[in-house]
Amino acid sequence: MSSETEKGYLNMDLLRFTTAGSVDDGKSTLIGRLLYDSKGIFEDQLEAIEKSSKQRGDENVNLALLTDGLKSEREQGITIDVAYRYFATPKRKFIIADTPGHIQYTRNMVTGASTANLAIILVDARNGVVEQTCRHSFIANLLRIQHVVVAVNKMDLVDFKEEAYEKIKKDFSDFASRLDNIIDVTFIPISALKGDNVVKKSEQMDWYAGPSLLYHLETVYIGSDANHVDARFPVQWVIRPHSDEYHDFRGYAGRVAGGVFKPGDEVTVQPSGFSSKIKAIHSMDDPDVKEAYYPMSVSITLEDEIDIGRGDMIVKQNNPPKVEQDLEAMICWFSREKSLQERGKYYIRQTSRSTKAMVKQICYKVNINTLHKVEDDLDVKLNDIARIKLRTASPVIYDSYRRNRNTGSFVLVDEQTNQTVAAGMIL
Amino acid sequence: MKQYTITHIRQLEAESIFIMRETAAQFEKPVLMFSGGKDSIVMVHLAMKAFHPAKIPFPLLHVDTGHNFEETIEYRDQLVQKTGAELIVGSVQKSIDEGRAIEETGLNASRNALQTITLLDSLETHKFDAALGGARRDEEKARAKERFFSHRNEFGEWDPKNQRPELWNIFNGSKNHGEHFRVFPISNWTEMDIWQYIRMENIEMPSLYFTHRRKVIERNGTLLALTDFIQPQAGEKVQELDVRFRTIGDATCTGAVLSKASDMDDIIGEVAAARQTERGTRADDKRSESAMEDRKKAGYF
Repeated sequence: MSSETEKGYLNMDLLRFTTAGSVDDGKSTLIGRLLYDSKGIFEDQLEAIEKSSKQRGDENVNLALLTDGLKSEREQGITIDVAYRYFATPKRKFIIADTPGHIQYTRNMVTGASTANLAIILVDARNGVVEQTCRHSFIANLLRIQHVVVAVNKMDLVDFKEEAYEKIKKDFSDFASRLDNIIDVTFIPISALKGDNVVKKSEQMDWYAGPSLLYHLETVYIGSDANHVDARFPVQWVIRPHSDEYHDFRGYAGRVAGGVFKPGDEVTVQPSGFSSKIKAIHSMDDPDVKEAYYPMSVSITLEDEIDIGRGDMIVKQNNPPKVEQDLEAMICWFSREKSLQERGKYYIRQTSRSTKAMVKQICYKVNINTLHKVEDDLDVKLNDIARIKLRTASPVIYDSYRRNRNTGSFVLVDEQTNQTVAAGMIL
Repeated sequence: MKQYTITHIRQLEAESIFIMRETAAQFEKPVLMFSGGKDSIVMVHLAMKAFHPAKIPFPLLHVDTGHNFEETIEYRDQLVQKTGAELIVGSVQKSIDEGRAIEETGLNASRNALQTITLLDSLETHKFDAALGGARRDEEKARAKERFFSHRNEFGEWDPKNQRPELWNIFNGSKNHGEHFRVFPISNWTEMDIWQYIRMENIEMPSLYFTHRRKVIERNGTLLALTDFIQPQAGEKVQELDVRFRTIGDATCTGAVLSKASDMDDIIGEVAAARQTERGTRADDKRSESAMEDRKKAGYF
């Protein structure tokens, strides 16, 4: 390895993307190809799946076995959980959240989408835009994934014809005009099986002038996705060394959730409302960090001694978040055992805060295949998406999810079982 | 316009520090599992960063199989001195002596599985409610679906079908009395990330990771170091070769690789060219297709 490529490795940025689709869409084949062609899988892994493929009587090496990690999944031949995969090219490092596509796994798709910058939605060129395509797009939009790739797969089975691709492009665009959070949709005709337009440009589709899928993943601009406007610093932990050298040191440790902080900034601490000034921003390597922004983990010292603990939020004075006990949110329900209870009480975890919350009202459910509101059936069960109103025991410090994913998201925890029963996005 | 981005390696670092701080905040008595391997060395480094200038607010737990490389113990003791962290040693030998664990017999006997008993006993004795580990999702297929905060029932067992969903940066460490969590802050790192980070941060490493001449025997395609616990059988030839270790675990099941890599640059070059996973040298994973999944369910690290 030359010193130049090494430097490259340390300078790469990170793209997290999610894939949703069923086995039939060729999703596992696509991931297998991306991993294989970028040397993201190793010989012994390949040997192991060759061996299992033979045992199962599969004709070809079944690349799906790479992503189906659990014994029960291999037995059933389906992905039931989110699997994380890693690969890197000289330009970028990638984390794939690989999720199943069937409606009964909506919660897994939501989980995978929550940390993704980009979603790949697979469409079978023979079948066009189907119910599942709409559902995956709706979830990407709900979770505010700003970049979507519609990978029109199995182009080899429609003789690489432009018409099939153009029809899907038009049908999807008509539908996507209703999805307001997705700002960037890219259509790429591919054959995951044969490799066309996955890593290399296909020679079978002269009519397509765009990039290959991998080239797009390497170059799509994500630098402005995070919120760098509203300065938000949820305090996780207070660092007090109690040593002679750092006798009076009181550092507020956390991860910047939005905006940019600098030494000297006038700040307010929520929910108390006390004001102070940033004395310094620290990391172990640098006691004088000049600027801190998402997703940096740092600690902050203030000019004044104020009582601050976990769950408080340091914000810039001229730009406060909302500090309220009444919230309206979209949620995805995760519990198999229990439905969402109107008047029910849960714990809400949001940034570094945790408090009790009561469900004041279930407003409506969403039929995620048609995007229609459902108001006559308010029984919110596993995988359902609903709009609800919450009242919390102590104030929640937040921005709308649309404005900031970090300060606008929460989970609900069941008081009895401690299970995470819902994911929420504040409106 | 100014770009507010950080490199992928700094993003991974920030994420791991965030998880370490969440663990300290959400649990009453966390502990960091320290094996002496590169991943746990990076974990200690990240923990120092997370709480600087204070000391790491939890002790280190070393589950000692008794089958160690000397270099690992030396390194461990120096690290403890440097960080001022408290060290707790859970001894597999003691579990065997007390009749809590029964030693495997036969040629490829290993204390790997017995570690689970000692680990669970140590967690219970000290009432630890969160054990931080250096497992990575790229290591093994059962680990690809592991959570950052992984719930264990009162028997220390992992139920892969009943894991809590993890969204955004929100981690749910709520639990009932007697249950505990395993926490994996470096879940998203790859082997390459680990080595690049070690070089970038100039972290001192045990000599075992670099090339050295050592007496080894070849068994089932793996080069095993000749130690008090591994002796040649009939037909096995002792050879003296230039080797190093890609992972460091129990000396009875950690294989060496032929290598002349003498510094970090050489190692990174080797990792980049490698076509075998690092656990390819681990006999414990080769026992069956779901060897890791089965051990994890029982409470293995």
